[in-house]
Amino acid sequence: MSEGMKPLPRWIDIGVVPMLNVAMALVVSGLVIMAIGEDPYEAVMVMLNGALGYQEGLGYTLYYATNFIFTGLAVAVAFHAGLFNIGGEGQAYIGGLGVGLAMLLLDDSLPAIILLPIAIVSAAVFGGLWAAIPAYLQAYRGSHIVITTIMFNFIASAIMVYLMVNVLIEPGQQSPTSRAFSPAAMLPYMHEVFDWFGVKISRSPLNLSVVWAALCCAALWLFLWRTKWGYEIRAVGFNESAAVYAGINPKRIIMLCMIISGALAGFVGLNEISGVQHRLLLNFTAGYGFAGIAVSLMGRNHPFGIVLASLLFGLLYQGGTELAFEISSITREMVVAIQGFVILFSGALAYMTTPLLTRLYNRGLRLRTAAREAEAA
Amino acid sequence: MEESFLLAVLTLDAMFRVSTPLILCAMAGLFSERSGIIDISLEGKMLMSAFMSAAVAAVTGSVWLGLGAGIAAAMAMALVHAFACITHNGNHVVSGVAINIIASGLTAVLGHAWFRRGGQTPSLLADARFMPIELPFANDVSGIPILGTIYRELISGHNGLVYVTLMIVPVVWWVVFRTRFGLRLRAVGENPQAVDTAGISVAWLRYRAVLICGLLTGIAGAYLAIAQNAGFVRDMTAGQGYIALAALIFGKWRPYQALGACLMFGLLDAIAIRLQGISLPMIGEVPVQFIQALPYVLTVVLLAGFIGKAIAPKAIGVPYVKEL
Repeated sequence: MSEGMKPLPRWIDIGVVPMLNVAMALVVSGLVIMAIGEDPYEAVMVMLNGALGYQEGLGYTLYYATNFIFTGLAVAVAFHAGLFNIGGEGQAYIGGLGVGLAMLLLDDSLPAIILLPIAIVSAAVFGGLWAAIPAYLQAYRGSHIVITTIMFNFIASAIMVYLMVNVLIEPGQQSPTSRAFSPAAMLPYMHEVFDWFGVKISRSPLNLSVVWAALCCAALWLFLWRTKWGYEIRAVGFNESAAVYAGINPKRIIMLCMIISGALAGFVGLNEISGVQHRLLLNFTAGYGFAGIAVSLMGRNHPFGIVLASLLFGLLYQGGTELAFEISSITREMVVAIQGFVILFSGALAYMTTPLLTRLYNRGLRLRTAAREAEAA
Repeated sequence: MEESFLLAVLTLDAMFRVSTPLILCAMAGLFSERSGIIDISLEGKMLMSAFMSAAVAAVTGSVWLGLGAGIAAAMAMALVHAFACITHNGNHVVSGVAINIIASGLTAVLGHAWFRRGGQTPSLLADARFMPIELPFANDVSGIPILGTIYRELISGHNGLVYVTLMIVPVVWWVVFRTRFGLRLRAVGENPQAVDTAGISVAWLRYRAVLICGLLTGIAGAYLAIAQNAGFVRDMTAGQGYIALAALIFGKWRPYQALGACLMFGLLDAIAIRLQGISLPMIGEVPVQFIQALPYVLTVVLLAGFIGKAIAPKAIGVPYVKEL
């Protein structure tokens, strides 16, 4: 950046730049669709209609968005302390294991009103503890958290396969799934909740977890920007040596925010296991943990931004399913590719356009002052 | 005795087969990480190469065109990584995650659109694959006890890429530790300012390192799809890029140690396949998942400093911004 250039104002930096990045990702995705001989405009229409055009589709969109909110918040809280939690996938997996174990153990003996908080707590405890080990190794043994969390994703997966195939499988079953929970352990669907109040909406997998996700967003915002601990987390992320000088212990902060991060990722297990599947099974995390990175980057690590990004990703997921259904030459994995492009452009290439925009903005400023001076004269 | 000896030889034989892509990827990662660029996208580049090599080999029927296409695809992905990390100072981990996810999605989308076989490429005929090479006299010497068996079963009968891979390792060592390029490569990963002060372009040096990384992951992907197997299957890399990364760290970013780690992880894999459903005396049946998770557990233990210490290149992951 040359001398005398004004930096971009806030509204461009947090408004225009992210939109531009997503737009670039979508253009590249459109090029891929063109390359396989389909019409990108038609594809967009199919996706929008599938995700928003009718009640059931909208329910699915919000159900996917719920998972993205949890993993997006998980990545964001770690980011605020300058940590990269790439283990959301494993933490969600183990969080789901926690929910499943608790429900399998207790669903016959306790009523729904007690099982619901137990499900929430067990998802948080299991997910949080799974993140606490890499956090401990980072804080006290100096091993890099990116590498350890990657390794922990694979270890989680191996543990789950072992448990499902050898221990938790329903006797007499071929596929590795546990027995179904009793109705008391199932989170109510939103169409059931609406029904209690006499409002009829279409059936969809959307369940009470979405309310919990909204509460988590609000709570995380309060925590990060309105509490002492939140302040300490952001201080460590901003400048660790300054934080130490201010009497903050970064080791404790690493533990704290990674446990919160893991707990948030674990709530994917709440949505999937108690909310939709009602039994324990393999691979229910389906890449949500990795998608959380994209969501958090797009939402600039702020809960409000994360909600918007999650809605976009929910739309992509549900729309992508419809797309694969309507246009036979496009598969569901198209959304995975789109997701990758979003991470690339909103994450790794996030500041690619900044120099250009800064130049344009400054030229605009000069033109305006020139016009004003001309007017005054 | 005879039988268990043969079993051991066959397990070692399998070790070389499963280690080959790990070795190639670990050497690839070595170039990138020694230059200061974190590379968690070994997996994605290898997957992209596996798909493109299988697709081109299936369409043209030529194994060499397949290999070339695979290498080109992996190098294109490497170029994206370099563009993001070196030119635009992007976060290396984020860029790596993006490449892995793009590769996973794109190979499935293109595979479905081009071949309509649920993401698989058509099975390759012998001409479109690297086939096992029988070394001279392999059958003549089989009468000789022990050595004959070792020669015939273990040393002979691999495809060409396995032999090439084993020869690449000393070459990598020579390049990294005995050439001017290697010296600069290591320097730029430790102290880019010093390299810059010496009048050498940090960006160009790192671009070359990342491109070499792409080349080697390209060979690894082609090995999976058109040598070890006869075509591409969805997500066929199955985490091997991450195991290679673990091996690289386990080998402390050094070629021979990384080779050793790859062979050890490969051996674990080969043993896991052998042990499936077999009950050992004293221990009972060892769960396959336990052995599969062992490379990751061992790497975590190493990183935690309980067995030695793995120290990464000093400037790894830090964007180099020239001061004006």
